[in-house]
Amino acid sequence: MPGLLEKRRSDRDEGTIPTAGMADIAFLLLIFFLVTTTINVDTGIGMTLPPKLKPEQTPPPVKERNLMNVLVNASGDVLIDEEEARVAEIRDRVKSHVLNFGQDPSLSASPDDAVISIKTGAQTPYNTYIEVLDEVWMAYREIWDQIARTNQLPGPDGGSAGLDQTYSSYREYYNQLGPDEDNQIRDTFGAQISIAEPDTGE
Amino acid sequence: MASQKFQRGSSSTEPEFTTASLPDIVFMLLIFFMVATVLRETDIKVRTQLPQAEALTKIDQKRLISKLHIGPLKRGENKGETAIQIDDALIENRRTIRQIMYRKLQEQPKLIVSLKVDQESEMGIVNEVQQELREANALRINYSSNREGPPPS
Repeated sequence: MPGLLEKRRSDRDEGTIPTAGMADIAFLLLIFFLVTTTINVDTGIGMTLPPKLKPEQTPPPVKERNLMNVLVNASGDVLIDEEEARVAEIRDRVKSHVLNFGQDPSLSASPDDAVISIKTGAQTPYNTYIEVLDEVWMAYREIWDQIARTNQLPGPDGGSAGLDQTYSSYREYYNQLGPDEDNQIRDTFGAQISIAEPDTGE
Repeated sequence: MASQKFQRGSSSTEPEFTTASLPDIVFMLLIFFMVATVLRETDIKVRTQLPQAEALTKIDQKRLISKLHIGPLKRGENKGETAIQIDDALIENRRTIRQIMYRKLQEQPKLIVSLKVDQESEMGIVNEVQQELREANALRINYSSNREGPPPS
């Protein structure tokens, strides 16, 4: 009798759960999640809308020379400061406007004062608007690229941009920034792009 | 001599892979994909074919984003009229956008409104939505767009 008990116990000890099927189950789940996963990061053009003005407030004055008006109409024609222009021209026009440093009296007095204003008609296709906005942003990007490469601010009395090293492009500089670090380039050389108040139909 | 060789080949010790750690590896992958998966995608009722742009920025913090879709209603083959959709609901009255956005802003002060606008939409409706967002003081927006041309290698 005790011999039989002994035998049973030793039998039970050897019993194990077969784990061979575990991998199959895990694979099945894995394939399900693989198929359903979409790893997409939202990309886009970031903008900040101007805050709502109180009724008694008037918009802050901007000197005529510092303002670059970009108008886009329904058929995709672009008007820069009352002059007809092509979309491809915008980038260079913005750069020369921003990096004028007071030389040309009709262009901006300094990069900090320069404002690019984009105004669209109600019938303007969204596609055209993004194209124009993209060109304006790319003008700033190219200036920032230059700053990142040389660690020098543009202009006659440029000076250092305060970076600890030079980068091959603005993107590279931007990507190495930590979440709480300040963007030195944008702080020293900001972009003022404004979306003009739409006409109220008067 | 020959028989000795034969015996060595058919020795009782069968070579085997140890598959004990296979489930572990698979589970690790499984957990990764489970975490990365967003199961409940909102049912988008409007067509949004995004425009293409070059000067893009990435938004890594998905928590901050609230999506707002503008585009023609999906109605089979033919295009419907332009509509606005926030989360799961179509917006009938544009005046309600400010209330919805105001509430979202209370929950998440660093809210970014991602505007997913169909590229054939007209600026009239986009401007209207932007005015509503200004009313709600939701000023951080993002014009969602795709990268131009082939992706950088």
